[in-house]
Amino acid sequence: MHPAASVIAFTTLSGAGYGLLVWLGLLVGFGQAGRSPALVLTALLLGAALVAAGLLASLAHLGRPERAWRAFSQWRSSWLSREGVAALAGFVPILGLGWAVLAGAGPALRDAFALALVPASLLTLVCTARIYDTLRPIPAWHNRWVLPGFLALAAASGGALLWALGVLAFALPPHRGDGVVLLVLLALAAAVKWAYWRHIDRHPGGVDPAAALALPAGSAVRSFEAPHTEANFLLREMGFALARKHGARLRRLCLVLLVVLPALALALAWAWPWLRPPAAALVAGSVLVACALERWLFFAQARHLVMTWYAPQGPGV
Amino acid sequence: MTALPAATPKKLGLVIDLDTCVGCHACAVACKQWNDIGEWGPLPDVDGSGPRPEGAWLNRVHSYDVTTPDGTGMTLHFPRSCLHCEDAACVTVCPTGASHKRADDGIVLVDPDTCIGCKLCAWACPYGARELDPVQKTMKKCTLCADRIYNVDLAPEDRQPACVQACPTRARHFGDLADPESAVSRLVAERDGQALLPELGYRPVNRYLPPRPRRNKAGDTGAPARLEDGHGFDADRASPLLRWLDRVLTR
Ligand code: SF4
Ligand code: SF4
Repeated sequence: MHPAASVIAFTTLSGAGYGLLVWLGLLVGFGQAGRSPALVLTALLLGAALVAAGLLASLAHLGRPERAWRAFSQWRSSWLSREGVAALAGFVPILGLGWAVLAGAGPALRDAFALALVPASLLTLVCTARIYDTLRPIPAWHNRWVLPGFLALAAASGGALLWALGVLAFALPPHRGDGVVLLVLLALAAAVKWAYWRHIDRHPGGVDPAAALALPAGSAVRSFEAPHTEANFLLREMGFALARKHGARLRRLCLVLLVVLPALALALAWAWPWLRPPAAALVAGSVLVACALERWLFFAQARHLVMTWYAPQGPGV
Repeated sequence: MTALPAATPKKLGLVIDLDTCVGCHACAVACKQWNDIGEWGPLPDVDGSGPRPEGAWLNRVHSYDVTTPDGTGMTLHFPRSCLHCEDAACVTVCPTGASHKRADDGIVLVDPDTCIGCKLCAWACPYGARELDPVQKTMKKCTLCADRIYNVDLAPEDRQPACVQACPTRARHFGDLADPESAVSRLVAERDGQALLPELGYRPVNRYLPPRPRRNKAGDTGAPARLEDGHGFDADRASPLLRWLDRVLTR
């Protein structure tokens, strides 16, 4: 599948934003807000900005963005529509928490809004993942590792951003616990992605080209003339193929950026606390790039069944 | 609405005969031509008469070299278009309701006025039956010529899909596949018409008639059986001159 910049930006940014909001909601909701209202507000703003930026980027993927409002109507059947509705509804706890902190509302109300951030953000993440994993014509997406992948990467990138924000903007005191939690999150995300890649390598899916042509099973099929001489939408959108060896290299790079580099940075920050700010910036940047790279691979390594007709793979090919 | 009708009283669709299709692309061209002016048109191209023309077509014809398991070689031409599936995920994924399946005749259509061009329906179609219009930026697909088949302004013989009418080998048949007595249903029954990739669960309405077994032995084609083996030369019955030639040439 064609890795469109708009969709990669959308899912990476909004994933990190929702991940950040989930952690923020948990921290505030479970009584850590008193430490710094300014941190809460800044984190909330960052999360909301990432989500909003992601949603704006997703508009660039539409042929007719001026009609985007229509996408809220079919939530009964469409995960894309549900995602839109959930994203919109997700701004209620965001605005609520912002208001509660700014207006100095009682802690009960503040914590209620904070806790509401958690299911609201998770709901949108689940909708996004379901858009992909319900698509039967794309075997690399239609499997049980897609949803955990979206959730784990959001949790990891959101956690990395929140931690980096605390260190960089609020000089949080050195505290080993949060670094360890972050490392666990990153390692978990890496493990889930690795399991996903192993799964799609072992179960590439696809169909027998003979069956796609109503021929007896076992027929060898070779295309000798394409239906059109120039490009078309299908080839642009679904004809993207990444060489296997490049894919393997990029997967390794992704894991290095996602967990190895951040782990080194965290170790340095533990050894020399004055290195904490650059280390935090490095962790956040590295994890975000890893997420974007992962999302790029998620598209680039997914083959749509329509390619069976354009480039039949099977017996005798 | 993107909810699918539980069942449609009629299942209008195409039956495509892969035995007789010669891959001439007449159906694809006739389709492009009609749908450029029809109710769901236009069907514009980018750089239409330039060096790199590109646009949405609702029907694409592939050509293949095939060797069947018994070793028979053949050429297969395969027209690919919307199969008007009963379980059309291209409809249920649509966030706007632009993609819909008609409750009365089962035709799957896109409303060009409400489609936002999100492309999700094209991702959801295994058969590659949807193409984004590069000019209008909305999704285009086969309409089964819904604007012809009921069109009282057309002569009755013209009330059929443009592709069916254009096909010079009559490889394309249009009708109601819900009616077991219809000509198309009888054809499917006689010729073991196939639904493509039923395991995906889309329940396509269109059917493909597989190529008949190829007759590549002389005897199968009605030619004299003696042409079957050797070079068809029967030394005992040939003239002395031919017998002499045969001896010289086989030495
Ligand atoms: S062939 Fe594709 S576009 Fe047509 S109804 Fe089936 S899934 Fe939808
Ligand atoms: S491209 Fe148009 S018809 Fe297809 S899913 Fe999106 S809005 Fe619906």
